[in-house]
Amino acid sequence: MDEQQLSRGTKAWWWVAGVVVIVYALFPVAWIVSLSFKTPSDLANLQFLPTNWVWDNYDNILAGDAQDLFLSALRNSIGISLIATFISVVLATFCAYAIARLDFPGKRLILTTALAVAIFPVISIVTPLFNLWRNIGLYDTWPGLIIPYLSLTLPISIWTLSAFFRQIPWELEQAAQVDGATTWQAFRKVIVPLATPGVFTTAIISFFIAWNDFVYGISLTSTEAARPVPAALAFFTGASQFEEPTGAIAAAAVVVTIPVVILVLLFQRRIVSGLTQGAVKG
Amino acid sequence: MSATDAANGGKALISDRARAERRLGWWLAGPAFVVMLLVTAYPIAQAFYESLFKFRLTDPDAREFTWLNNYVVVLTDGVWWRAVGVTVLITVITVAVEAVLGFALALVMHRALTTLRPILRTAILIPYAIITVVSAFAWFYAFSIDSGFVNSWFSWLPGISENTNWFGEFGTSVFVIIASEIWKTTPFISLLLLAGLAQVPEDLQEAAKVDGATWWQRLYKVTIPNMKAAIMVALLFRTLDAFRIFDNVFIMTQGANNTEVVSFLAYRQTISRLEIGLGSAVSVLLFLCVVLISILFIKLFKVDLASARGER
Repeated sequence: MDEQQLSRGTKAWWWVAGVVVIVYALFPVAWIVSLSFKTPSDLANLQFLPTNWVWDNYDNILAGDAQDLFLSALRNSIGISLIATFISVVLATFCAYAIARLDFPGKRLILTTALAVAIFPVISIVTPLFNLWRNIGLYDTWPGLIIPYLSLTLPISIWTLSAFFRQIPWELEQAAQVDGATTWQAFRKVIVPLATPGVFTTAIISFFIAWNDFVYGISLTSTEAARPVPAALAFFTGASQFEEPTGAIAAAAVVVTIPVVILVLLFQRRIVSGLTQGAVKG
Repeated sequence: MSATDAANGGKALISDRARAERRLGWWLAGPAFVVMLLVTAYPIAQAFYESLFKFRLTDPDAREFTWLNNYVVVLTDGVWWRAVGVTVLITVITVAVEAVLGFALALVMHRALTTLRPILRTAILIPYAIITVVSAFAWFYAFSIDSGFVNSWFSWLPGISENTNWFGEFGTSVFVIIASEIWKTTPFISLLLLAGLAQVPEDLQEAAKVDGATWWQRLYKVTIPNMKAAIMVALLFRTLDAFRIFDNVFIMTQGANNTEVVSFLAYRQTISRLEIGLGSAVSVLLFLCVVLISILFIKLFKVDLASARGER
């Protein structure tokens, strides 16, 4: 669009609309941040902002009473999400490479299966796994969550990567070989740099999904051995039995939102292209 | 250069090289395919098997094969139908509002000035990427009678006062659940619609403008028809996603005041009551609902997922 053509009035309207969108997107986040800085007595002030800004809630979850509960959950969340992301991105990379580059029957079947798996209701997997995991000892363990997490992360990884890989100009590989590069050199110097951004973006999106999980986390764990943060938040209790855990939950919520915000800030363009390429392709 | 071309060539024409390529293709794609089946097809088959038994974990000896009795129990119980009703209500309202709101967001992003565009994109990604449970807590505390600011901010509105207990009755609870769901998931729909908007040919818009079409006419006659595929895919995905709603309900109401949704019912039967047989039946029924919705979308609206997925 040609921006010079716009009158000053129209321009102002688009600015207003833009600001409305930003407020819409960030308002609830600002609220939970503000909540996390309130003192216990302040929580009931029924105002948006705290009267005094204090770090007490962060102290509580990072060094105080709620430390055991929160830090173990944080460790579980990070470990389980990263491993699930890694496995699904590796599997999806091979799969998407084959779909984008090789001729073999069943491509459509694989993509359709990925679609079917993606729309699968998570809770339908939980019921049978709950019983099975108890019988074979995977209940409340890391692998017991990593395996079902693949049902969330693998399908979207396959789509996103297939879409990315289809756009890579693979002829460049042959061109490099004609110019005297060995097969390995051509792959490493030409293909890897072209494919890395797609793989990386897919990893971020897949990490978001694993990081977000609540259903598996709450159903397939029972202790701090494997319980991830979203599930742990539901089990927070106040410093004493008369105190609501609101402040601690808000602080924990902010801590687990920080990595997400950093990833979004750094890679917003990539994430958008990854999300939309995987989904809408004319 | 597609799989179908090779197949059309007939089996006799397949060279060793092509055969080797096929084999390599399955070696590379096979593991991902097998893992996907293992983590979904196997559990749902297991769920179907277990749904045929009267089986409670606390009483394993009483396990008994009862054919489809669990389904009869579930389908003749008001609890199931109420959960379906609530889920459908939440899904329909959420998707309808998100379609309009998401489209508006997409239009703003599409037309936004280049300086503002990266900021908008970043802002809009935050709700998408934030943990659903975190968003549920944020909305819960905002409306909560003990800690929320909503009552004091909006007490000038009729029906809202300092003492409005949003989670004390059905209508208001569902309102907050829906609001948080809309906030969290509209960005996804709007990004899909934004990608669709980018595919509408600009010269068509210009031509319509020259012919004197108003903004609304262009929207209805040019923009929307040209991005129908993107709209339908976005709606299908959001509908299926909304139908599985669980996190917000768990955090905000735990199903109180009749806000129980189907996923929560399955969870409660299996995990809280340890009724594996009944829980499995609910899970299988939920799965069938999702399949039914997909079929309806594909048949009624002719959503071509394959083309939308870039596979022609």
